[in-house]
Amino acid sequence: MSDNNDKKKTERRDFLFTATAAAGAVGVGAAIWPVVDQMNPDASVKALASTEVDISSVQPGQSLTVLWRGKPVFIKRRTDQEIQQAREVSLGDLKHPEKDEDRVKKPEWLVMLGVCTHLGCVPLTDKGDYDGWFCPCHGSHYDTSGRIRKGPAPTNMEVPKYEFVNNNTIKIG
Amino acid sequence: MSDHEYTPSSKFGKWFNDRLPLLSLVNHLTDYPTPKNLNYWWTFGGILTFCLITQIVTGLVLAMHYIAHVDHAFSSVEHIMRDVNYGWLLRYVHANGASMFFLAVYIHIFRALFYGSYKAPREIIWIIGIIIYLLMMAAAFMGYVLPWGQMSFWGATVITNLFSAIPLVGESITTWLWGGYSVDNPTLTRFFTLHYLLPFLILGLVVLHIWALHVPGNNNPVGIDIKKPSKDTVPFHPYIVIKDAFALLMFLIIFAMFVFYSPNVLGHADNYIEANPLVTPAHIVPEWYLLPFYAILRSVPDKLMGVIAMLSAILILAALPWLDTSKIRSAVFRPLYKQFYWILVADVLILGYVGAMPAEGLYLLIARIGTIYYFAHFLIILPVLGLKEKTLPLPLSITEPVLGGSPNLAAARDKTEKIG
Repeated sequence: MSDNNDKKKTERRDFLFTATAAAGAVGVGAAIWPVVDQMNPDASVKALASTEVDISSVQPGQSLTVLWRGKPVFIKRRTDQEIQQAREVSLGDLKHPEKDEDRVKKPEWLVMLGVCTHLGCVPLTDKGDYDGWFCPCHGSHYDTSGRIRKGPAPTNMEVPKYEFVNNNTIKIG
Repeated sequence: MSDHEYTPSSKFGKWFNDRLPLLSLVNHLTDYPTPKNLNYWWTFGGILTFCLITQIVTGLVLAMHYIAHVDHAFSSVEHIMRDVNYGWLLRYVHANGASMFFLAVYIHIFRALFYGSYKAPREIIWIIGIIIYLLMMAAAFMGYVLPWGQMSFWGATVITNLFSAIPLVGESITTWLWGGYSVDNPTLTRFFTLHYLLPFLILGLVVLHIWALHVPGNNNPVGIDIKKPSKDTVPFHPYIVIKDAFALLMFLIIFAMFVFYSPNVLGHADNYIEANPLVTPAHIVPEWYLLPFYAILRSVPDKLMGVIAMLSAILILAALPWLDTSKIRSAVFRPLYKQFYWILVADVLILGYVGAMPAEGLYLLIARIGTIYYFAHFLIILPVLGLKEKTLPLPLSITEPVLGGSPNLAAARDKTEKIG
């Protein structure tokens, strides 16, 4: 072989190699995907999408915890003082700025996932430095609107999709 | 790999060995030249092999009685404890066996740190060891989830949520790991499958770990390269075998003390309460062997950075052979490193302690200082120390300090004069 041949010229064989490798990669990918995707939520898990909750017995200041999609949902009937407290805070003081008005449908009722956004523990109600919730796991403090104020959690507690079916019933999901 | 040619004495043995050299392997393992000065810190490799086999055997029989389903898992574990013949013993050996396994692995790792066993030419042994350690943590974590108690459930929730810290894809990965929107039945069944698989992966890696060890041979307390075989070595069998067996016996006394006298002291009472997704226990703590890393996770006030710090704390060990710039292996000849070594040991123990305490006030402050020191040890102290430290003179062989007293400057000078 001469030196000139060392400089690779694209040949028909190179095309065949590339084409075979590409087809092989697609085939392997297609074979692996079902093995990976089987771990995602299955049809029966997805089917448990919504829950209706009767809230008629909840007095101001009280709260209710219901299970939705395996996670607790806090339904808190806030007192006037708690609502005022949540609305007086200036957005600049918040780690994850959100207006209280945007987090509720009716000011009295705060509905949110009772899951700490740090590592998923259930925070304790009416605890912490901001009279809202306190996560016992790693010390995150939430205010009366469920917004993160202090501690390692990055965001406010999540508000799920919900609606008032009537004055006494909330449908979550 | 073989140091000399081996021919089986019997005719059948020779016939068999020509076709499958199993007898050559056995001969290699028994004759394997081992430094004669190995101390008891070197017996933990054998102890760890025993631990792994114990976990596999007890785990196998527990799996015959355990039911991986959220409605039955908790009661099937109680069924094992109350109804299954010797079920209590098998489960207590398995549960405490995990703790004993970690106790032994930590001694094994810190022995390597003291005697510089991770340095050239043993980097691959070390890195395989770190991978084994990671798999051990994964296996232990998933095993802890299986009884489906409160600590199982919330431990699983907290650990799987670590993945949600990954930007953009974190939530999808967490959902994928769970097979749902929270830790639930799909999570339990896959954890059981993986908990069953991982020990066999570990076993495979242990074979590689030992194979890689048998290429350069054992490091030793003096940390010098030795000629093999020579008057510095003894054959593995019977010398090391009998020493390992004695150490294992001592270890088993401690093991048995836990199993028979305080089988639950290393666990948490909360795990005898069935999992409840609505109530988080007031004080979540992982098993003792994960506490230092847990303290590092909690000492960082940012979610993503906390997770990165915790993972780095483990992965930084894999880079250790290159972070430690000193050519001298054993801390015996490194007066400064020896001190920093013991500070690191204290630092890890302190991190473990504050990891078990609430993350607030003074505990949090200590955890932060401990975390910074942990990283400083590997990233600043070790690289600088290797260049600056004035080390003691090394002996020329293992036999020399044994016969000629302690290896000091005078002895070394004496030696040089004689040679000169």
